[in-house]
Amino acid sequence: METKSIMIVGVGGQGSLLASRIIGNVLLEQGYDVKLSEVHGMSQRGGSVVTYVKYGDKVYSPVVQKGEADIIISFEQLEAARYVEFLKKGGHIVTSTQSIDPMPVITGAAVYPEDVIGKLRAKDIDVTAVDALTLAEQAGTAKASNVVLMGVVSKKMDFDRSVWEKALENCVPAKFLELNKKAFELGEQAAV
Amino acid sequence: MNKLMLGNAAFARGLYEAGCTFVSSYPGTPSTEVTEEAAKYDEMYAEWAPNEKVAMEAALGASIAGARSFCGMKHVGLNVAADPLYTAGYTGVNAGMVICAADDPGMHSSQNEQDSRHHAIASKVCMVEPADSQECKEFTKAAFELSEQFDTPVIVRMTTRVAHSQSIVELNDREDKGLKEYKKDIGKFVMMPGNAIKRHPIVEDKLARLAEYSETSPLNKVEYNDTKIGVITSGICYQYAKEALGDKASYLKLGIVVPLPTKIIKDFAAKVDKLYVIEELDPIIENHCKALGIEVIGKELFGMCGEIFQSGVREKILGEKATFEGFDEPVPPRPPAMCAGCPHRGLFYCLSKLGVYVSGDIGCYTLGAAAPLCAMDTTICMGASISALHGYNKVRGNESEKKAVAVIGDSTFMHSGMTGLVNVAYNASNTVTIILDNSITGMTGHQQNPTTGKNLKGDPAAAVNLEELCKAIGIKSVRVADPYNMAETEKIIKEELEKDGPSVIISRRPCALLKYVKHNPPLKCDKDKCVGCKQCLKIGCPAISIHGGKMEIDHTLCVGCGICKEMCKLGAIGE
Repeated sequence: METKSIMIVGVGGQGSLLASRIIGNVLLEQGYDVKLSEVHGMSQRGGSVVTYVKYGDKVYSPVVQKGEADIIISFEQLEAARYVEFLKKGGHIVTSTQSIDPMPVITGAAVYPEDVIGKLRAKDIDVTAVDALTLAEQAGTAKASNVVLMGVVSKKMDFDRSVWEKALENCVPAKFLELNKKAFELGEQAAV
Repeated sequence: MNKLMLGNAAFARGLYEAGCTFVSSYPGTPSTEVTEEAAKYDEMYAEWAPNEKVAMEAALGASIAGARSFCGMKHVGLNVAADPLYTAGYTGVNAGMVICAADDPGMHSSQNEQDSRHHAIASKVCMVEPADSQECKEFTKAAFELSEQFDTPVIVRMTTRVAHSQSIVELNDREDKGLKEYKKDIGKFVMMPGNAIKRHPIVEDKLARLAEYSETSPLNKVEYNDTKIGVITSGICYQYAKEALGDKASYLKLGIVVPLPTKIIKDFAAKVDKLYVIEELDPIIENHCKALGIEVIGKELFGMCGEIFQSGVREKILGEKATFEGFDEPVPPRPPAMCAGCPHRGLFYCLSKLGVYVSGDIGCYTLGAAAPLCAMDTTICMGASISALHGYNKVRGNESEKKAVAVIGDSTFMHSGMTGLVNVAYNASNTVTIILDNSITGMTGHQQNPTTGKNLKGDPAAAVNLEELCKAIGIKSVRVADPYNMAETEKIIKEELEKDGPSVIISRRPCALLKYVKHNPPLKCDKDKCVGCKQCLKIGCPAISIHGGKMEIDHTLCVGCGICKEMCKLGAIGE
């Protein structure tokens, strides 16, 4: 099988590491060779962060480059716009509708573009946009928006639901499992 | 058993399986997790040392005592530890000693892009370079064997993409090694001139034998496919080359990068039509090939700066450019910023307001240099804030002494700021030093340090009393400020700048991300009172933005620190 690439993008602190670990767990369970690449250190501090997930028969580079991603999962609209050039032709974007102003916008040095999702769709890209933050709050905490998005993504990937459930159990502390299962379910429902 | 593991975690697993029993490191991205993961194995003693020099000396001491030992650091940390390293190259080891030097091509979290292979060459030790997590584990184990076989410390060179990517690792059992016998050997371990003169030829012989060994080492691999293109590479660049070129090229993948082999390179070069060297940063393999009279293409194509990636290999060798489409409008950058509730914010706002010269240092607080605060003039290396300000003040005199401060974090102060402060006191400059005590090593992800009262395992430990320490050094005026209280903080800074004689201000407030820190409820903006004056935007809080001419606070980010409330003259911000 040709190597497939997923990018998880967002703002430092939004929980992209957990998301990549859940997907990695699912892919490992399916018997693929898997590589994940993470960002640590300074860029974590509220900066734009990106995590790569690659899988297939044999994966070499852990990094995804422009024009290579099959799916981009974005925790924040502007980040979907920033990384859209990494998307392969015919690829999917799954994004939260959340928007967080970056510092140059806060200081007035730059403008946050309007209707980001509409403009991405106008490029003939399949964009699934969900209000992951509100759904996560419904599940019990804003912090679970990463898991809501995993629920959405599970509908874009062809793996059995039980594998996702098992991955959640492996990656989430037991005391938060029920809450995260709920968040995942809300994501699944929102994807339809 | 197979497991998906971070390169750094696999490195730690390698330490465990190799029977290592002593780990001493200083945190630094991208090396930190090796030691954090090692600390999870009860069979290994693991500690955070105050700096890399101490860590390496401790590891060498453990090796001399007969235990397999390890110390880990980032590339610039190896500069700090260079002194013991260069002489450890002469003394050699007793039990195996392995060092992690983690380079950061692309400078994801570093102040320079230095290539640690130079240190291995100059210190005359052996260096191996893994390319994925499985190799991180295997090469670490091999490094201990090489260390003992050739009587030398061995450096495992990591790079960010290997350290911070996860791939599948096959786990094996630990082999307990016990303590080797310690035999007093003055000629080997006491490095005074008479002994060192005798050690130097032994060191040169060791390198020659290592180079000979590398000709047949299983760590160096040759892979013949189409021979029109030949690639000599190592580490992560092998992955980039392999992904881009697949079977269209043949590969010589070097696992031992110092010292480099000769025969296998000549042999490989003879069998391929066109030979490329793909290596990030400096042309070490390339220059070695050229010195052997082998024609190779390397830096002329790939350059010295940053990362190469599979796209770089595809473009430069195959002439294939990626096709993609970007967003049609400019996308505002999102640089890192101090977190909401960061205790450094209040202090840096005061410094920005006072317009003083700020001699900066390495840590989260380096972000004080970013807009809108822009309150920093220099950042050089760990500890340089205090010593560099001393020099600045000495030549500019009284005028600058009243308008300049050094800022340094608690962990950085312990690392190498103390000695700078000793210089300030001893050589009497009127320097004001602000220690930003957030009770943790922040930037690298919350490691304990000698001021926090806890050790690497989280157990209670002796805590350095910063006030007493500064006084003992000879600083008479030592004061504590709470950076959440900006009025008081500003007043203290002004008073200390006016004083004759050096002083220290400890700006004390724990990092807002620490689990034990209780947050206040998020603040709200009263839209009727807000006139959109943007005064609150001057503190650069990521939770604050302006929409429709009124201030808004993101309730998911705000931790209720109250700094913005202090900024608002209209009382529009409250709970």
